[in-house]
Amino acid sequence: MQQQQGNRFFFNVDWITVLIYIALCAIGFINIYASVPPEQTAVFGFSTLYGKQLIYIITGLILGLSILLFDGRLFNVFSPFIYGGTLLLLMAVLVIGNKVAGNQAWIAIGSFKLQPAEFAKFGTALLLARYVGAFNPKFRDVKSIMIAGLIVGAPLLLIMLQPDTGSALVFLAFMFPLYREGLSGYFLLIFLGMIVLFIADFLVPTYILIIIITTIAGLFIYNNRRKQKIIFSTVLVTVFAIGYLFLIKIAYEKVLAPHQRSRIELMLGLKTDNKGAGYNVIQSQIAIGSGQGTGRGFLQGTQTKYGYVPEQSTDFIFSTIGEEWGFMGCAVVIGLYMFLLLRLVNLAERQRSTFSRVYGYSVACILFFHVFINIGMTIGIIPVIGIPLPLISYGGSSLWSFTILLFIFLKLDSNRMGFI
Amino acid sequence: MDQLFNRKYIVQGLFIVIALILLGKLFYIQIISDAAFVSAESNVLRKIYKYPARGAILDRNMKVIVQNEPVYDLMVTPNEVKPFDTLALAQALDITFEDVRKNLKKARGKSSYQATPFLKQISVQSYARLQETLYRFPGFRTQDRTIRHYPDSVGGQLFGYVKEVSPTDIEKSEGFYKPGDYKGKSGLEFSYEETLRGEKGVINTVYDAHNTPQGSYADGKYDVNAVSGERLISGIDMRIQKLGEELMMNKVGAIVAIEPASGEILSLVSSPGYDPNLLVGRNQGNNYMEFIVGNPYRPSLVRPIMGYYPPGSSFKPVDALIGLQEGVIDPNTTFFCPHYYQAGNRKIKCEHFDGSISLRRGIARSCNTYFCYVFQKLITKNGMKNQRQTYQEWRDKVAKFGFGSKLDIDMPYERKGYFYTADHYDKIYGKRWGYTNVISQAIGQGEITATPLQMANAMAIIANRGYYIKPHLIKGIGDKNLVKKEYVVKNYVGVDAKHFEPVIDGMQDAVNTSWGTAILSRIPDVVLCGKTGTVQNPHGKNHSVFIGFAPRDNPKIAIAVIVENAGYGSTYAAPIASYMIEKYLKGSVSGGRAAQVEWMKNQNLLPLLIDKTKKIKLTKADSLLLKKADSTKRIKDSLRIKSATIKQTVTTKPKELKSVIIDKPVIQK
Repeated sequence: MQQQQGNRFFFNVDWITVLIYIALCAIGFINIYASVPPEQTAVFGFSTLYGKQLIYIITGLILGLSILLFDGRLFNVFSPFIYGGTLLLLMAVLVIGNKVAGNQAWIAIGSFKLQPAEFAKFGTALLLARYVGAFNPKFRDVKSIMIAGLIVGAPLLLIMLQPDTGSALVFLAFMFPLYREGLSGYFLLIFLGMIVLFIADFLVPTYILIIIITTIAGLFIYNNRRKQKIIFSTVLVTVFAIGYLFLIKIAYEKVLAPHQRSRIELMLGLKTDNKGAGYNVIQSQIAIGSGQGTGRGFLQGTQTKYGYVPEQSTDFIFSTIGEEWGFMGCAVVIGLYMFLLLRLVNLAERQRSTFSRVYGYSVACILFFHVFINIGMTIGIIPVIGIPLPLISYGGSSLWSFTILLFIFLKLDSNRMGFI
Repeated sequence: MDQLFNRKYIVQGLFIVIALILLGKLFYIQIISDAAFVSAESNVLRKIYKYPARGAILDRNMKVIVQNEPVYDLMVTPNEVKPFDTLALAQALDITFEDVRKNLKKARGKSSYQATPFLKQISVQSYARLQETLYRFPGFRTQDRTIRHYPDSVGGQLFGYVKEVSPTDIEKSEGFYKPGDYKGKSGLEFSYEETLRGEKGVINTVYDAHNTPQGSYADGKYDVNAVSGERLISGIDMRIQKLGEELMMNKVGAIVAIEPASGEILSLVSSPGYDPNLLVGRNQGNNYMEFIVGNPYRPSLVRPIMGYYPPGSSFKPVDALIGLQEGVIDPNTTFFCPHYYQAGNRKIKCEHFDGSISLRRGIARSCNTYFCYVFQKLITKNGMKNQRQTYQEWRDKVAKFGFGSKLDIDMPYERKGYFYTADHYDKIYGKRWGYTNVISQAIGQGEITATPLQMANAMAIIANRGYYIKPHLIKGIGDKNLVKKEYVVKNYVGVDAKHFEPVIDGMQDAVNTSWGTAILSRIPDVVLCGKTGTVQNPHGKNHSVFIGFAPRDNPKIAIAVIVENAGYGSTYAAPIASYMIEKYLKGSVSGGRAAQVEWMKNQNLLPLLIDKTKKIKLTKADSLLLKKADSTKRIKDSLRIKSATIKQTVTTKPKELKSVIIDKPVIQK
């Protein structure tokens, strides 16, 4: 009986998630429409940004619904090939890709431009889910951590070579599904500690940080002076932390490009720059802030209309929402995302198969990273990292990759009673 | 379900925490702080101001005496400037190549995207030349403005001047004035600034990120049209104002003429004056330094309202009025004048020989003795012991005539003069003082000082037989011809009307009888009542003073004339007053008197300027010249003006002396 129902294409699909998906796409369309200069909105056409976005949304929806037609098990079976395919694309883009603004991230197919990094996300998510689903490692041993690290690290490295730091950062989101599957919480803490130390290293002189770290470590060791194991690991962590501090300084000078350095300094408030690298962030904050409580109203945003925020329809689309819809609009959008993310986690948890669960977590966490980094960047709490706001930002590749990411999970979810 | 299931909550909790952080920051920049909103407005909005024309000022005959002339400011928006032919612009504007670069740099320093003045107040001619080629200079545009024009070139201190607001003005106005606005800085332009200035118009234009105009903001909802300032009608009669300034040429002093019935000021001359057109346009600053600050006779001192002069004999009618009102004398009271008055061990001299003298004759002949007796009687009317109190009562009665306090004329910087209360003398003499200590005030000398305005006002009171309306320059504001409330109220001075006639009799005689002091100033067919004054000046030659009104019945004009360092009141001040009155009442000065007017205009009575801070050794030639000049004048004074020829007598021009240095104030403080 259940088996029969399972064969029907749209049985058991979580329509609430689909509705949120459509709502976010619609919000995206409305705000892209508002973001284009006024003279372009006079006539509707498919050559305009919002015209194109409408095509992407419609095709994306068709794409998503057709994914629901597949047998969910196929994704499990084909995951190595999909992963392999996206890796090949990532390699190809380094060779035949078009260089746009210093990043070799696009493959042009006719007039259409494909961004392989977007598709690498679900390829990686699928293979990671398959690995965990098939072997059910608890990530207590080095080997399983290494394998998972390799699955995530390969595309990450290729993307770094483009170089597209923003997209690469998103791959850190896979830490959460692994955590859910048994990876020690220490990894998250170490990760968090690294971020804190990274920021602190810019704000506080290094020698003061070293004094603070050693003091804390000393107190900790004193409290646990009978337990040799803890003393040993504490010393180890302290040595690593201090080494890391110096590494940051070196890496900062040698590895990061000047524009990335200035973005970080701007975000940390070490430098102000109204015209150069800081221009985007300042104008974006002005636009959002000027929306005040309820916003200036649809098509009434002066900053938006007169092009004060660069890249407003893509990475800085949230500034349009902020200006024209105010705090209310921002709260609604963030609320929708939160509802979606929490729901995805809940959906993931109701899966019978580990594969589906890991995949669901991956989807939620990738979305979460995008939302957090993108909005954080537009309001100046995160350095400028050029990644799109899921489903809202203008762009076919990003919209479609999120559609595929999400609808594969919806398909898996609709099959949750079956075995994958 | 395993242990790891709980990790779901950690992940979800992280989502929620991050969402709250985002919302918190959004709440701050959108709702708590309005910095972003302000920045957003300044991003897109550019205000273009339309400056209103200042209100015109008319005289009492509806002749325009202050009007506007169009000028143009060349504005530049540095961001929009593209490389251009600097030389061509310099030629079109009639400035140097260097100026162009300098001005452009200055404008850049102020703002690169707001229009700032490049060159202010371009004449109509330059503007016409520029207009043809302006398209070659992107980023430049012209801004219409108006500047003041004074067709008669007189009344500098009266009208005041208009100048670009200073940072202090902007601060004081709490944001009303913006840099580049103009504001009346003195005179009528200052007093009626709020009426005259009108309302600035503004056009809000929206600009995009490429600094291209995108049309009006909010469909022009916040745009405002400029509203011209309101018109003022003044009581000034430009004919006599002009005559007065001409008569006072090369003299230091003041004329104030008032229409007694209304309190309207007919003429307000401060000499030396200046052409108000000097303080207009691009040379304002230079001219101000050269002609106002640079003039040693201090034209910036508006003498009619700021100059302090002892009223001298012209104070006697007031004495008489109080004496009559208090009953210490009646019109038939006579005193014996032995050619002086003995006050304690001081002698106050008289310049006439009459013996027993009556009130009428006392006024006509300006008998010091008579009025010292009147004063003595007033102060001692309650016995010798209560002099302090009676002095204070007397002082309060005189104060009602406007002495010792401001008359609230509608001009700035009016001063009140010195007229001390009994307390002041307590400080000097302790409790032991009497009329002999203050007797010189009886004849308008000593501690009492008054402004010419106060003297003219005293005349208006006598002309009105007992009241005055506060003197004012503007009798109609705007199209409705409004007048300030305080300028219609009759202020009674507490002297009954019947007491005025005996005093006026004396004043009539002073001008119209053979024994009067101002008989040379008789006006044909007009009964001029007046009183001369020769004010002793401790700093130099006596001041020549005349106060009076005419005609005797239903008076039309009350006047006070002061010529500093000119000697007898009858020699200069009285004739000047009579010409002014005749011109006002009859339209012109007739007959042989017309020639006298010309003669008077040519008199140079500028006092010598000697810097007392530096002792200058006069060369023998200089001191001879001084003595000669002095004696010439003395001889001339004794001559009858009637017989004086138009030919100018030898006068000293201070600039001919090598040792002339800027003096400290000429008038008493």
